[in-house]
Amino acid sequence: MADVPSNAPEHCPGTSSAQAGKSSSCQGCPNQAICASGATKAPDPAIEEIRVKMASVKHKVLVLSGKGGVGKSTISTQLAHGLAGDSTTEVALLDVDICGPSIPKMMGVEGEQVHQSGSGWSPVYVEDNLAVMSVGFLLSSPDDAIIWRGPKKNGMIKQFLRDVDWGQVDYLIVDTPPGTSDEHLSVVQYLCGAGVDGAIIVTTPQEVSLQDVRKVIRFCEKVGLPVIGVVENMSGFLCPKCKTMTQIFPPTTGGAEKMCLDMGLSFLERVPLDPRIGKSCDEGRAFLMDVADSPAAAAYRNIVRRVTEYCASRRHQGDAD
Amino acid sequence: MDHSGEKGNLSQVQHVVLVLSGKGGVGKSTLTTELALALRHAGKTVGILDVDLCGPSIPRMLGADQQVVHQCDAGWVPVYTDTQKSLALMSIGFLLESPDEAVVWRGPKKTALIGQFVSDVAWGELDFLLVDTPPGTSDEHLAVVENLRKHKVDGAILVTTPQAVSTGDVRREITFCKKIGLRILGIVENMSGFVCPHCSECSNIFSKGGGEELAKLTGSPFLGCVPLDPQLTASIEEGKDFMQAFPESSTFSSINRIAQAVMASTEAA
Repeated sequence: MADVPSNAPEHCPGTSSAQAGKSSSCQGCPNQAICASGATKAPDPAIEEIRVKMASVKHKVLVLSGKGGVGKSTISTQLAHGLAGDSTTEVALLDVDICGPSIPKMMGVEGEQVHQSGSGWSPVYVEDNLAVMSVGFLLSSPDDAIIWRGPKKNGMIKQFLRDVDWGQVDYLIVDTPPGTSDEHLSVVQYLCGAGVDGAIIVTTPQEVSLQDVRKVIRFCEKVGLPVIGVVENMSGFLCPKCKTMTQIFPPTTGGAEKMCLDMGLSFLERVPLDPRIGKSCDEGRAFLMDVADSPAAAAYRNIVRRVTEYCASRRHQGDAD
Repeated sequence: MDHSGEKGNLSQVQHVVLVLSGKGGVGKSTLTTELALALRHAGKTVGILDVDLCGPSIPRMLGADQQVVHQCDAGWVPVYTDTQKSLALMSIGFLLESPDEAVVWRGPKKTALIGQFVSDVAWGELDFLLVDTPPGTSDEHLAVVENLRKHKVDGAILVTTPQAVSTGDVRREITFCKKIGLRILGIVENMSGFVCPHCSECSNIFSKGGGEELAKLTGSPFLGCVPLDPQLTASIEEGKDFMQAFPESSTFSSINRIAQAVMASTEAA
């Protein structure tokens, strides 16, 4: 059962919404009576199906930020590459940014297709132990725009979580769009049965970004999502010629570290700006491996280590319970 | 056609321009803010409508984050940044009790508030209303365009950063504009190169030329490049008027050129 029936009017609030059957757009909809009865607001059966599906996935990590363009997808891809650097670790990367999917390009698998098999959608494999899924694989041309309202995006996310055949996976990393809206609520709700290990929050140093990121931290509190820690990205730029460090995005209010201190969160790492990161992403190459001796790569490796440690400690806690 | 009867609160607004980008964090709000300031310096009265409901940045960027919105007979009174009332703002940021409060809303609720923002703000007389949007092609964008349909929208400015990952998303935004019949006033390439303040070496942190290439590829006008400038980010952080403080910088002249181009193309239409 999709969140929006195919015969619903354009502005359908979604069958599980509090407005279901009551909003002005429900007038005349053939499903209005059943929606208004409340029957559709029962927990979505997909939550249980997703829990069963996710039993083969050990750890689930979300990458979030209230602000756009701070490097969520870059951090997600480097984290995926870093974890998959150990050939015994199976890694999956899911891109739930429906309107702006960047993961296929950054992973160098743009233009690939997703295949349907008996056990669901087969993800695209970047390495033997690194699988990727994104709405980008479902588009026919790079010009294709997905102009979808919330309920339709939610349906897609549900399919991604329920119908992708990931197989045995150690880490599932979920890259999200900016904000605190449909996509985020859906991921968290659909995964509530399966359980999420936690979220990595990405920000840039300046207050304009931090103020959006504090909202996303409030969101995590509201929905009971543990925060693994905060990454400060684009933290200073080292001029390749004179080696002077410039804070292009100045941390006027103390940056992410101060915010973590104030809010009682772990500060994971500072990643500097490096023109080679953007270039690697554009070319779909793994920066972490290509320029392994750079300060940014060292920062990424540290993030990978912190995430592994966090997940391992959660596993132990889980065993003790 | 005379729509003045039904246009209501927007009846005295001359031009409406949307600022869009498929990609987040490319500088939509920064460009909206600087463009508004540049237009004001050119003697225009300007309004900014911030429809980014989950991450409203405009109030802080204009140093107005402590302000609140009042009601009058005609609707909501926008917040004015100056006593001459030449720059008016409306944002969900003014309606939140605490700046850290998260607006965790799904689409239909966002659509309803945007409807109110479009119809119920008493803008008065404006030369330009700039509409700053969140990233993507979803609820907010459809809501703005639908609600403004009664009023003539002059067009959209698309903001991108130079790298392919960003222009790829903006390409999708162009398709969106074409699908809904929104005129593209032009493409701006932001964060285009960084000049080291010590040795004047220019580093293309996010590559170079992607915006212009995209404009050529899609047959859209190219409005110009805006460099990465720590003075600009600092002004935005502190809510200061960059256009007044640094009239000699190259960033100033590039923003000014974009403002001139916007004035020329909207007034010609």
